Amino acid sequence: MALLEVKNVYKKFGKTEVLKGIDFSLNKGEVLSIIGSSGSGKTTLLRCINFLETPEQGEYYINGELLFDAKLAATYKESEIRKKRLKFGMVFQSFNLFPQYSALDNVMLALKLQIKEDIKTNKDLICKENNIKTRHQLAAYKEKLLKEAEENAIDILTKVGLKEKLNSYPCELSGGQQQRVAIARALALSPEILCFDEPTSALDPEMSGEVLNVIRNLAVDTGKTMIIVTHEMNFARDVSDKIIFMSDGVILEEGTPKDIFENPKFDRTKEFLNSIG
Amino acid sequence: MSFIEITAFLANGFVISLIIFAVTLIVGIPLGLPIAFCSMSKFAPLKAVAKTFVWIVRGIPLMLQIFIIYYVPGLLFGNPIFSQIDRYIIRNFTIPHDGGLTQMLLTNAGGLVAVLIAFAINYACYFSEIYRGGIESISKGQYEAGYVLGLTKSQVFKFVVLKQVVKRIVPPMSNEIITLIKDTALANCIMLPEIIKQAKELAATQALIWPLFYTGVFYLIFVGLLTIIFGKVEKKLSYFRS
Ligand SMILES: Nc1ncnc2c1ncn2[C@@H]1O[C@H](COP(=O)(O)OP(=O)(O)OP(=O)(O)O)[C@@H](O)[C@H]1O
Ligand SMILES: [Mg+2]
Repeated sequence: MALLEVKNVYKKFGKTEVLKGIDFSLNKGEVLSIIGSSGSGKTTLLRCINFLETPEQGEYYINGELLFDAKLAATYKESEIRKKRLKFGMVFQSFNLFPQYSALDNVMLALKLQIKEDIKTNKDLICKENNIKTRHQLAAYKEKLLKEAEENAIDILTKVGLKEKLNSYPCELSGGQQQRVAIARALALSPEILCFDEPTSALDPEMSGEVLNVIRNLAVDTGKTMIIVTHEMNFARDVSDKIIFMSDGVILEEGTPKDIFENPKFDRTKEFLNSIG
Repeated sequence: MSFIEITAFLANGFVISLIIFAVTLIVGIPLGLPIAFCSMSKFAPLKAVAKTFVWIVRGIPLMLQIFIIYYVPGLLFGNPIFSQIDRYIIRNFTIPHDGGLTQMLLTNAGGLVAVLIAFAINYACYFSEIYRGGIESISKGQYEAGYVLGLTKSQVFKFVVLKQVVKRIVPPMSNEIITLIKDTALANCIMLPEIIKQAKELAATQALIWPLFYTGVFYLIFVGLLTIIFGKVEKKLSYFRS
């Protein structure tokens, strides 16, 4: 069964229809690249599945279970949306690191808040399960969780090659380093699917290389399921199991890198591939 | 009068200036927040009311606002509340007649309350616009980065946006606060004995004009202190760029 199934997604802004019936599925461990010309709706699609936009129509399933149905969108509470969107991680084109936090704190922030919230709302259950009797023990338990979260965050930052930069602030990091912190920040919440929206278009070639390597390692070493919107055709060809070519709000073509790059079915796809080099 | 006596006489006035300054900040800084939130509200009527209010308060000279608050309750509603405060104090307190600070405060309590109200509302509106500008200057990407990490709206505001807003509003707030200490001189339009009113008193009763210019020294020293404090705050927030 597919890890993610996206069905029949329609999205418009005002009168402009941006997504006109998007269907695709993705298996666990697969890397999907989405390519297509500017304005074809790639970013909008990623934003929809990350709950940053609400489509007028469409459903998403995770492991066959309904995660989102546009018909029910109005009935979802903020807390539900928060839980649902954590199935996905998102890395933005412009990094969007929190400038006032160090690299480590950027990665830790959400984890910290989760731990605190969890202890606050499920206090009784947690105390029972862990045989906690005093306030002091509870504080120690929280300390332990925070410590673990920190170790986890350090591990992830080490994995993206930033062991030396744990305490640097975003303004002290290069673009490539910032984007790697952003990847670590998304990874720290262990999303089922990690989404990237043109993760290297704000970077010069040298820095793109280091970011692309990190993404490649994630695919190869950890078998992370990923959706990558990109204009880096060589990278997409290398790393993807599957490629989607979007044009004008629809998926015009879908297939293996070989299918798309060597045997494109449509003239539009050929034109696009030629234009991009 | 000796130089020391004149300095003391003016200093009493400056205490009144400082009271206006402090109370305006203590009330105006928090009061600006709800005004800012209302003026950014998605609920159109609330937004319109807030924006109109801010427009009026920022559009009319503060001196006129002091007159309005001081006189209008009496003229329009037959309820001269601030002179009633004065009468109440005359009836219930024994006022010393030494020309000291206590006498100045007790005999001018009504006017002082009116001035404090006018200043607090006026500055709250200016602060609200600074807050609004600061909040609106934070990019959508910061909020979205918070949301995709599963943060709630209020967590995003508290843990992501707030400190960046604070950093951005420190310079305009410093300007506004420095303007405030000088604006306190407006209180003399209803005869409140702030420092310049005191100096004018000396000109009238002692035929001394130089104390008027001497008041500048008080302002300068105080503004110097403020500048140092704001410099420290800015430095403290300079470890990140946003
Ligand atoms: N918030 C919005 N309001 C109105 N129109 C929007 C909005 N977001 C996107 N659009 C429009 O939707 C269309 C698709 O935009 P989208 O950003 O998804 O394209 P894209 O494929 O990511 O392009 P690019 O390769 O340039 O990033 C564009 O025509 C854009 O103008
Ligand atoms: Mg895009």
